[in-house]
Amino acid sequence: MPHGTLRRRQLLASTSAVLLAGCSVRARTISDTRPWSAGAGEPPIAITPGPWVFFSPEEGATVDALVERLIPHDALSVSGREAGCSVFIDRQLAGAYGSSERLYMRPPFMAGTPMQGMQSALTPAAQYRQGLAALHAYCRVAYVGRLPHEMTAEQRDALLKGLESRQVKLDGADGHGFFELLLTNTMEGFFADPLYGGNQGFAGWKMIGFPGARYDYRDEIAHRNQVIDVATVGITGRPDWTRKGT
Amino acid sequence: MARKLPGVDAVIVGLGWTGAILAERLTAAGLKVVAIERGPWRDTATDFPPSYAPDELRYAIRQDLFLRPAQETVTFRNKTSETALPIRSFGSFLPGNGVGGAGTHWNGQTWRFLEKDFVVKSHVTERYGKSAIPEGMTIQDWGVTYADLEKSYDSFEWTAGVSGRAGNIAGTRQQGGNPFEGPRSRDFPLPPLELSHASSLFAKAARELGHSPFPCPAANASRAYTNPLGVTLGPCTYCGFCERFGCGNYSKGSPQTTILPVLMRRPNFEARTNAEVLKVLTDRSGTRATGVTYVDAQGEELEQPAELVLLCAYQFCNVRLMLLSGIGTPYDPAAGTGVVGRNYCYQTGAGAQLFFENTRMNPFIGSGALQQVIDDFNGDNFDHTGLGFIGGGSISCGQTNGRPILYRPTEPGSPRWGSAWKQATVAGYQNAASVGSQGSSYAYRDSYLDLDPTYTDRFGRPLLRMTFDWHDNEHKAAAYATQRCMEIGRAMGAKQVLARNLSEHYSIVPYQSTHTVGGAAMGADPKTSAVKRYLQSWDVPNVFAVGAHAFPQNHGYNPTGTVGALAYWAAEAITSQYLKSPGALVPT
Ligand SMILES: Cc1cc2nc3c(=O)[nH]c(=O)nc-3n(C[C@H](O)[C@H](O)[C@H](O)COP(=O)(O)OP(=O)(O)OC[C@H]3O[C@@H](n4cnc5c(N)ncnc54)[C@H](O)[C@@H]3O)c2cc1C
Repeated sequence: MPHGTLRRRQLLASTSAVLLAGCSVRARTISDTRPWSAGAGEPPIAITPGPWVFFSPEEGATVDALVERLIPHDALSVSGREAGCSVFIDRQLAGAYGSSERLYMRPPFMAGTPMQGMQSALTPAAQYRQGLAALHAYCRVAYVGRLPHEMTAEQRDALLKGLESRQVKLDGADGHGFFELLLTNTMEGFFADPLYGGNQGFAGWKMIGFPGARYDYRDEIAHRNQVIDVATVGITGRPDWTRKGT
Repeated sequence: MARKLPGVDAVIVGLGWTGAILAERLTAAGLKVVAIERGPWRDTATDFPPSYAPDELRYAIRQDLFLRPAQETVTFRNKTSETALPIRSFGSFLPGNGVGGAGTHWNGQTWRFLEKDFVVKSHVTERYGKSAIPEGMTIQDWGVTYADLEKSYDSFEWTAGVSGRAGNIAGTRQQGGNPFEGPRSRDFPLPPLELSHASSLFAKAARELGHSPFPCPAANASRAYTNPLGVTLGPCTYCGFCERFGCGNYSKGSPQTTILPVLMRRPNFEARTNAEVLKVLTDRSGTRATGVTYVDAQGEELEQPAELVLLCAYQFCNVRLMLLSGIGTPYDPAAGTGVVGRNYCYQTGAGAQLFFENTRMNPFIGSGALQQVIDDFNGDNFDHTGLGFIGGGSISCGQTNGRPILYRPTEPGSPRWGSAWKQATVAGYQNAASVGSQGSSYAYRDSYLDLDPTYTDRFGRPLLRMTFDWHDNEHKAAAYATQRCMEIGRAMGAKQVLARNLSEHYSIVPYQSTHTVGGAAMGADPKTSAVKRYLQSWDVPNVFAVGAHAFPQNHGYNPTGTVGALAYWAAEAITSQYLKSPGALVPT
């Protein structure tokens, strides 16, 4: 979600906040009409490029270095870093997702069975903060002071594999859980609409051949088992539309 | 103290599918109706126009349109000996919130249950003997028959604009339709949707194996269509953003696209949004409802008096409101007595994951109900003698979407990141398909709903507690369905055919379906049902509760065709019987 502006939906998300603030969301009585006013919609707000919003410079450098290995640059696509996955994660953590605003976060927090799902009091933002700090502490010892952005590609791959397989254990954070969250968010960024910061140049969509936000395949539905050759398009259009004349 | 508002004829809790249907029918009968809806006002032009509706992150992953657990959730455990914990982030099912309810972001697979489903207990007992029903299973007949509901099914299908092909019109078999379905009074309002590559391979393979494939009834309009209320839907564009999304094309049957444009203009109707009903109020005798209390977004508590209270808040919200309001006797699993919370059921899922070679599935071209289906292994359409289980499921192959955050099938053993992950992902995207079965979920004495002793919502009211797991009968039925799906997958020419078994235990983590049912069954016996065959409370006759909570158990299809039919059925009972002489309805 975009940072900076507090949107109506975000206010609504945790209704207790709304009750305390006692404000902007109004209960409405609607009669004899369908309410509509120009501009009443809530288009998504594109992220603002620029410096990290959530990450510290050191945290950001680490996430850059890791997403670059989760999705490496090769013949199939640019890297996760080049596609903007770390910017995507940064902006997500700064918004409603990062603070678990929409989730049920009332105590008591108790460990449950796997079938009962996530029971942690930690928000994604807290998981990154703790996970990255613990990872840095681990690297300082295991890689003699070198942080991921100072490591070779092979070293970073080994580190990621260690976290994935639980062979690398972090002090003060769940290393495996951090890896899983990072992988999930990296994939979200690589395949979400570019307006959220990742998937720049439609890197993820072009890799698999997903045409994006086209919304109409009536001309193509009958072309079964054939290559569908349509241009990729995002919610805000295509770079060659918006860059024209600049 | 709640501020008391002027009284109305009927108050409706929730303005989703059932709320919209009942409001339309009751306002047409001249009643002054107020609907109170927990979530915001939502409409196509403002909330999901084509310009930004296709946003997978916002709608499918961050779940923008759904109920947020911060507002209301359910606690869950597999069995009574465990401590239930809150569902902190919805996974297995995704309840709706806001005008349109889950009808805004459903897929539109619009089924009628089989004739024998409505009399499942009598039928199974008669055909296979009492011993065919395992110990602890509490299935029962519905108290209504398919024939009773036929007209109501028809009303829902013609209102929602369903595309399909009839298999049985007034007893005459129709080529290309479902040979197992009950008789329809007429054909679907619209012809079927187009096929995808995978579903055409499925249809061919199924036919070769001697099964009878037919198109899934789809509330995705295959053509432009004007429904009996005069509201027009546009043709489906196969955009691949159906389930979890609002439809920007006015093509998916939803309250917004089929009923609200007419309802909202009726002067005797009023909708109150961002307003959550806390409980149904009853008089001192406890046998007459006097209205509801609700809290609006400013935090003010209000009382809405009404002559008639209609619970249309979705399956588990209806059960919770009944428990919080003392309507009906709560179920006691130890004694096996009481009815509210009893017979909670879900839907089994099983099937086969397929991988082909050098194929172009183009998964991004799809719609919510684009499927070919066979019913040869559903309900009691096949002989269960010697199989060791009862029940069954529909088996289908369709294409709803290729949205890449969630849809990235890869062959087993593929890495999850790095260059090798990319190669597997690219290959899987165009070469994968699946055949799936949605199966019956029969009721058991130890699967139920009650109020949680620990966890509360933002108003301090107890959350609903769900105690549920799969039983042996469902495991066996699902394993049988998996085998049938795999046979079809092989006949389709897949290079790899992998079993997708029912999970050992039910888990609330992976999305399965929003087909939660039961908990306040309808029926003919007040000892085993919470509402009568007309959805009227046995105990408080001016309360009707409409939704999937009324299913005594679940059968092998999606629920909403039947939920919509029950809404028309209850509306008919209210307008033609109840209003003439308010009070307890007797079966006619
Ligand atoms: C992703 C998804 C896909 C689906 N696909 C299919 C499908 O293909 N086929 C099928 O048959 N079914 C499908 N369903 C299920 C279908 O959407 C539901 O069965 C249907 O919407 C139920 O109608 P209802 O009126 O009971 O509930 P809803 O349509 O959900 O409406 C209930 C309304 O009540 C409101 N409410 C709840 N509590 C309160 C309260 N205390 N006060 C005020 N208001 C309240 C809610 O906010 C909601 O708007 C799907 C559901 C989902 C989520």
